[in-house]
Amino acid sequence: MPETKKFLYVNRKAPYGTIYALESLEVVLIGAAFEQDVSLAFLDDGVYQITKGQNTKDIGMKNFSPTYKALGDYDVNKIYVEQESLDARGLTLDDLLPLTWEDEDDDWAEKESIKVISAAEMAKIMEQSDVVFSF
Amino acid sequence: MKFSVMISEGPYTHQASDTAYNFTKAALEDGHECFRIFFYHDGVNNGTRLASPPQDDRNIINRWSALAKEYKLDLVLCVAAAQRRGIADADEAKRNGKNADNIASGFRISGLGQLIEAGIQSDRLITFGD
Repeated sequence: MPETKKFLYVNRKAPYGTIYALESLEVVLIGAAFEQDVSLAFLDDGVYQITKGQNTKDIGMKNFSPTYKALGDYDVNKIYVEQESLDARGLTLDDLLPLTWEDEDDDWAEKESIKVISAAEMAKIMEQSDVVFSF
Repeated sequence: MKFSVMISEGPYTHQASDTAYNFTKAALEDGHECFRIFFYHDGVNNGTRLASPPQDDRNIINRWSALAKEYKLDLVLCVAAAQRRGIADADEAKRNGKNADNIASGFRISGLGQLIEAGIQSDRLITFGD
């Protein structure tokens, strides 16, 4: 296996309506087994993917949002959310799922996975990534 | 340069597969090496041999099969995406209790790990889709 690469999964679409969000999450979970440096980005309508209180009962689709909470257990703990996308939709950090991970180097302290960043900072993260998947 | 391609939209509805084909062909003719073409989401529909487009139109599926034969390309359909959308090879059909398969020549069905591996092994991974 060659050197570790920086993988960035860019999520830009609403969780329901199209299958991209669900199938993106499937790639992230499979990809976690490859021990690469993984980051997730949520922007545009993609920010809705990790909002709290999703209820899909009336549309007959599976609510897969609880799966995001498992990401920390897969060592996926760098989750970037674009501030401008939240602002444009009247959302704040409080509207998002509490995504956390346990830091084994810090006595398993529970830490926040989500970082809200500006579009300019997001551009830098994309720039620094080796492999960018856009869903 | 060693490159891989991900195609995330189906044929005809969307230009992704056409553009990916033209890109891949041009890159190969230019001497670049293609590690893998990975079909995901509705992109797996590019791998059915049962498509019968009008005679006066391009045959997107056959075109991929021919390019795969010429350059020994690795055309991979994501198994989870393929199962959802009814794309199967003989093994998958048997495993899922179906009475037919429909995979086109030159394609194979495999897991998402193949996409991650393509990202690791290639100098560039280029996505074609929305």
